[in-house]
Amino acid sequence: MLSYLLRRLIATIPVMLLVAVFVFMLLRLTPGDPAAIIAGDYANDAQIAEIRAKLGLDKPLPVQFMVWLGNMFQGDFGESFFYKKQVGELIAARLEPTLSLSLLTIILTVCIAVPLGTLAAYRQGSWLDRGIMGFSVLGFSLPVFVIGYMLIYLFSIKLGWLPVQGYQRISDGVGGWLLRLILPSVALSVIFVAFIARMTRTSVLEVLGEDYVRTARAKGQTETKVLMRHAVRNAAVPIVTVIGLSFAILIGGVVVTESVFNLPGLGLLTVEAVLARDFPTIQAVILLFSFIYVLINLLIDVSYTVLDPRIRY
Amino acid sequence: MFKTARRGLIKGAVAAMVMGLGLSATGTFAQAETTLKVVPHSDLKILDPIWTTAYISRNHGYMVYDTLFALDASGNVQPQMVDTVSTSDDGLTITMTLRDGLSWHDGAPVTAADCVASIKRWGSKDAMGQKMMSFVDSLEATDDKTITFKLNAQTGLVTLALAKPSSNVPFMMPERIANTPSSEQISEFIGSGPFVFNQEAWEPGTKIVYDKFAGYVPRSEPASGLAGGKIAKVDRVEWLPIRDQQQAVNALKAGELDYIEGLPHDLLPLVEGDENIKLVDFNPAGNQFTFRYNVLHPPFDNPKMRQALLYAFNQEDFLQAQIGNADYYKACKAMFGCGMPFETTAHMDGLLESNFDKARELIAESGYNGEPILLMHSTDLAVLTNLAPVAKDLMEAIGLNVDMQSMDWQTLVARRAKKDLPADGGWNAFITSWTAGDLFNPVAMAFLNSSCDTALFGWPCDEKIEGLRDSFARATTKEEQLKIVEDVQGAWLEYPTHIHLGQWNQATATRSNIDGVLPTGAAVFWNISKN
Repeated sequence: MLSYLLRRLIATIPVMLLVAVFVFMLLRLTPGDPAAIIAGDYANDAQIAEIRAKLGLDKPLPVQFMVWLGNMFQGDFGESFFYKKQVGELIAARLEPTLSLSLLTIILTVCIAVPLGTLAAYRQGSWLDRGIMGFSVLGFSLPVFVIGYMLIYLFSIKLGWLPVQGYQRISDGVGGWLLRLILPSVALSVIFVAFIARMTRTSVLEVLGEDYVRTARAKGQTETKVLMRHAVRNAAVPIVTVIGLSFAILIGGVVVTESVFNLPGLGLLTVEAVLARDFPTIQAVILLFSFIYVLINLLIDVSYTVLDPRIRY
Repeated sequence: MFKTARRGLIKGAVAAMVMGLGLSATGTFAQAETTLKVVPHSDLKILDPIWTTAYISRNHGYMVYDTLFALDASGNVQPQMVDTVSTSDDGLTITMTLRDGLSWHDGAPVTAADCVASIKRWGSKDAMGQKMMSFVDSLEATDDKTITFKLNAQTGLVTLALAKPSSNVPFMMPERIANTPSSEQISEFIGSGPFVFNQEAWEPGTKIVYDKFAGYVPRSEPASGLAGGKIAKVDRVEWLPIRDQQQAVNALKAGELDYIEGLPHDLLPLVEGDENIKLVDFNPAGNQFTFRYNVLHPPFDNPKMRQALLYAFNQEDFLQAQIGNADYYKACKAMFGCGMPFETTAHMDGLLESNFDKARELIAESGYNGEPILLMHSTDLAVLTNLAPVAKDLMEAIGLNVDMQSMDWQTLVARRAKKDLPADGGWNAFITSWTAGDLFNPVAMAFLNSSCDTALFGWPCDEKIEGLRDSFARATTKEEQLKIVEDVQGAWLEYPTHIHLGQWNQATATRSNIDGVLPTGAAVFWNISKN
């Protein structure tokens, strides 16, 4: 197991290197010049060229890449072209809102989707099953910003129960932190509930047809025990895979939700950096997203050994 | 019994949790009454208002720094940090004395040496500053409170330039900071303005915090425009950039915010009629849409082709397409702005009236052979999006072959700096917008700069216009200046550098308990109270 983990971790290095090359080249090939943006409307050619030189953007691309890579290996993500702050600092400040939102969303999703999916499978073909699957289709179809605005209109503007926007750090009070995350996590969880409920239904349905379930019933076990001990447990591997991947997607893909609810997370930072062509920030954030993705995949694989003792690495 | 007790326990726990949330929320959301929560027009990224011309950095400058002179509500120059100013009989020596009691945010007194260093840094960066400095033989602090300009020729430009209201504004900084080369950003943000930048509370992209400067000594005159007493009436101002303007409006309606700097025109119906919200305009002179040609390449290297567009365009079409609401726009033929000190319509008869026959006549005279005109279309700035398609339509109506290319604003910004042929990544034309404070006279108006290679992108090159701009700088009376402005418009008609497409205004939305928003041309926060 340990050697497997080591092998997987070593395998991340070429993956990260490939991502680094790809991101670096993609940004340099995208139209737009950070120096011209920084210089402002009145700057002449000489002033723009001066800024370009100061940012090191006048050097050949291979040189720029090697300098950046060398710094990265020393843990230096560089300095934001615009904020004049270390990119590491910027990311650290934005990590908490994104992680908070992702965690709350995934907890909410699992708490709702897994029971709903199991219930739908257990009552296959019933009105309950159709209702849950109907909700699932609706959940897939509604864009998160539409749900977000509807929730804001109802709970913030009409009822005044919850704040419209913004984020409060957990260190400033758990209550305020949670209050500000309720609407975004509910809005964001809808699509994931729809997705994971369907996935759970399919997996549980498959297991319910297995011989050992029939045997358990023949032994006189209650339906609850049959479902929880035999069906859901054996259906867990694909469900956990989807939950894990959903979490990875959430961390890198909460841009719209962060924008709608004005949460200062990594998603918003990425959008701002892309619009401003803040190369060091974009590069670091995308590398971080890739690393998280790789790490979560690894954790999912490891979790299989716990969920299914037959799996060994 | 047990079940009842358990239910009670659960109820109690839920109630405690809800109360806990409520209490925390109250504790957290409750702010001192004198914190003004503002949604600025964009995020503040660059903190040096001399290094960049971005309006958000200019507004940051007005919070933190003060100016020697300022324009009042009537557009007249008034002393601000300066107490007295005198000019020698030959007009070649100007002496300024600083007011008593001025101090920096770190407690040190403001000295003439600080101001001299600040003027020199600004004068090396800003176009109007450079023009002013071209008249200066020496600039010295003759004592702690006296600044002395020795000029090489008479000019009325010194105080006018030092009162420049928009980017780059000549803000005063301590000497050690102002000694930073203008090609580098400052790294210390100490000013002598009415608010102190709270660097520790700054969360890039999220929150910018300014605290009232207790040591600020305002002028005794009432606030007027950017001049007069700058009295901070709130303890703290927080800028909270919100990208989604719809969401900003929601937060304003819910009372989470106090002030949205620029409300998009299409969101006006959401707040009109709401008794908790009022609409004000801190920039009554407004902004001007501007069509810019690139004179380096055909067909706009030919003045006749550029003149053709002066006849083909009409402002109403652009304004109607982009703003739509007639309360917020005004067709204005005066190049230097309607309602501005140098407003005149001299030489403008017959222009901007979509006279297609005259336009076609000029095109025929120019020898235009149907080459494509690359018009850059910015798609992500809501306030510019609809303009290029209107220009395209009007240009096609007179037989021009327009290749309109859509791109985000930052791509356009990078591309407009390129002198290459349009087919090789260059361009022929694009449309932008300026605030009135940027174009109120021939020296300040950057698009009029016709100094060839050192001119702004588009690179117009005309000795006559440059000569007139120089004459304007040398003029010492308003009458003289007005006469030159009329001549400038005549010269511009012969050699068009850009086309003004009309004035527009944008409402600022505030909660109804916010008072004292001044007509300053820039979003400033002195004089504003929260009741």
